[in-house]
Amino acid sequence: MKSKPILPETIQLGHGSGGLMTRELLDQIVFNTFKNPYLEQKHDGAIVPLKGPVVISTDSFVVSPIFFRGGDIGELAVNGTVNDVAMCGAIPEFISLGFIIEEGLEMTQFLRVVESVKRAAEEAGVQVVTGDTKVVESGKGDKIFINTTGIGNPHPKAKISMDRVGAGDQLLVSGPIAAHGMAILSEREGLEFESGIHSDTTCLNHLVRDLLDTFGPAVHLLRDPTRGGLSGVCSEIAQDSELGILLRENALPLDKQVAAACEILGLDPLYVANEGIFCAVVNQEASEAVLEFMKSHPKGSRAALVGELREAHPGKVVMESPVGGTRIVTPLIGEQLPRIC
Amino acid sequence: MKYLTEYRNLEATQQVIRQIESVVTRSWKIMEICGGQTHSLVRNGLLELLPEEIQMIHGPGCPVCVTPMQLIDLAVELMQRGVILCSFGDMVRVPGSTISLQEAKSRGGDLRILYSPLEAIRIAKENPDREVVFFAVGFETTAPANALSVLQAEKEGLTNYSILVSHVLVPPAMEGILDDPFCAIDAFLGAGHVCAIMGYREYHPIAEKYKIPIVVTGFEPLDLVQGIYRAVIQLEKGQYHVENQYARAVSEEGNVAAQKVIHQVFEVADRQWRGIGTIPKSGYALKEEYSAFDAGKKFSLEKERPQDSGECIAGAILKGQKKPHECPHFGKKCTPRNPLGAPMVSSEGACAAYYHFASTNA
Repeated sequence: MKSKPILPETIQLGHGSGGLMTRELLDQIVFNTFKNPYLEQKHDGAIVPLKGPVVISTDSFVVSPIFFRGGDIGELAVNGTVNDVAMCGAIPEFISLGFIIEEGLEMTQFLRVVESVKRAAEEAGVQVVTGDTKVVESGKGDKIFINTTGIGNPHPKAKISMDRVGAGDQLLVSGPIAAHGMAILSEREGLEFESGIHSDTTCLNHLVRDLLDTFGPAVHLLRDPTRGGLSGVCSEIAQDSELGILLRENALPLDKQVAAACEILGLDPLYVANEGIFCAVVNQEASEAVLEFMKSHPKGSRAALVGELREAHPGKVVMESPVGGTRIVTPLIGEQLPRIC
Repeated sequence: MKYLTEYRNLEATQQVIRQIESVVTRSWKIMEICGGQTHSLVRNGLLELLPEEIQMIHGPGCPVCVTPMQLIDLAVELMQRGVILCSFGDMVRVPGSTISLQEAKSRGGDLRILYSPLEAIRIAKENPDREVVFFAVGFETTAPANALSVLQAEKEGLTNYSILVSHVLVPPAMEGILDDPFCAIDAFLGAGHVCAIMGYREYHPIAEKYKIPIVVTGFEPLDLVQGIYRAVIQLEKGQYHVENQYARAVSEEGNVAAQKVIHQVFEVADRQWRGIGTIPKSGYALKEEYSAFDAGKKFSLEKERPQDSGECIAGAILKGQKKPHECPHFGKKCTPRNPLGAPMVSSEGACAAYYHFASTNA
């Protein structure tokens, strides 16, 4: 039997050529990691068993640094797409995995990312069934970019739609806000500061499934406040539903360390990215029960009821400050920029 | 977060508001100097909670807002010449006469957003074959770190580091506002962070000369209402002296070590304020012996530049003569997305604060 060729220490352009080097990389790292009958079909794509309407969602991941406290780009790429499918009220089953790798990435780092994808996919209960690997010249990427597409069937009890959002509905978040963005920022070049803040990246599909199993149509809308933060999602809901949203600042779950880091850097946690929480708009009568249910679930133990939908101020998000005043919360325009002093 | 949460307390804040209500007998115009205070007033919805007799006027204490357009053009030119330009975050979206720093970056310029000029020193060391310029804007608060970066560069023998200075000073601006014949301000809330560095000795002569109460004030809701309460008490009694509400951070003499560093590197100079014009002795410039670190001199950046278009009424806003929503362009032609002038860009700018957080009753 031929011994396996030893992979070089870094990714080279040839690993994306489609030739022998690509084959060696895929065999030794990708196929070796993800073993399942769909991949072993070795088609150009995968034939998967899905019936009826399907939900499909795609997302690209370009985070820098690629390894950060609480996660890495591989885990993020799985959770991000799994969560997007779940927010549509569906149960994600299969994902695709596309890499764009910058020449020069250390092979050990690539392996680490692939193994992280595997772990995250196992936790989420999805299978990687097709993929792609491209390599770009050094300087034309940022170590590694990942695209994933997720697919699954809607939950049979789900009735999730903007049309179902009405005045009186309650707004819940499934956990503390702003952790992911602050974890990334604390490790970004030029801004390093000592913190123990961990990214909140996690898969939310199990909590969503259990929530829909129990409450079904009482859940009107689900959204994950990733880029743009909670303010972005709330602004979208207010605009699209033509209702007002009242948020209570005191009710927002926020870790002390994250709050302190936001203070120091002059950032508003409402605008900071999350990767492991979602917002749920639910029927008022069910809201307390939904909250208790979420709090008893490992992925929602710090859930909170943070606001409500109402007829007043249609299209706008209004937040009550801790001292009793109110302000309008607008969506982020570009990047959130730290203040001078 | 000790010293923060207790100053965001509902009952304590509302109790002070009731105290203000109980002593106020007529209308008063109080200017908060600092953009951070404006931000907090609006963000916490305090403007709608204060009795209607109290009118808050938003002062010029937003460093981004008062940095002249010409200086942004200079910074853009430096980027176009291949310099690594390092800047605080909220400078990068401010429009110059043609483009902002952010747009210059998207056209290939090398822009680094930093929290400290000492990071720029590190970048200069890592890139010995490139010029690194730190865009040194700000009030007295950022001056010590900027001065320290120059001393550090000198100590390490760095010849590729310089700063583009646009430092402005608070007391001359207060006098500039008070000297304006249209000035209608009855009292000042002094800028807490500036006073943490500089102390408040300089304010006694101002309070005396213009017969105006000055209360050095912090930034949290309780700080602000306490500062306003103390100002109102003085006004109602016809008194005018300097008080310190922010004693947990500010002393009369300030941070002496920081002042020493400032005075070692900088000297007081005339300075142009965007929207206001030149105010004598209102800024810092690098001393002659540190001119090797002066980006303006190093890159011969002294030529004439286009002036502001005049559509933005920043001057009237920063002097407290107009409120943001009294500008014909506010929220229409001028939004944070397409700002006509700096007060709409910086999160500390009065216009942006109003646009983002304006009370639902406004």
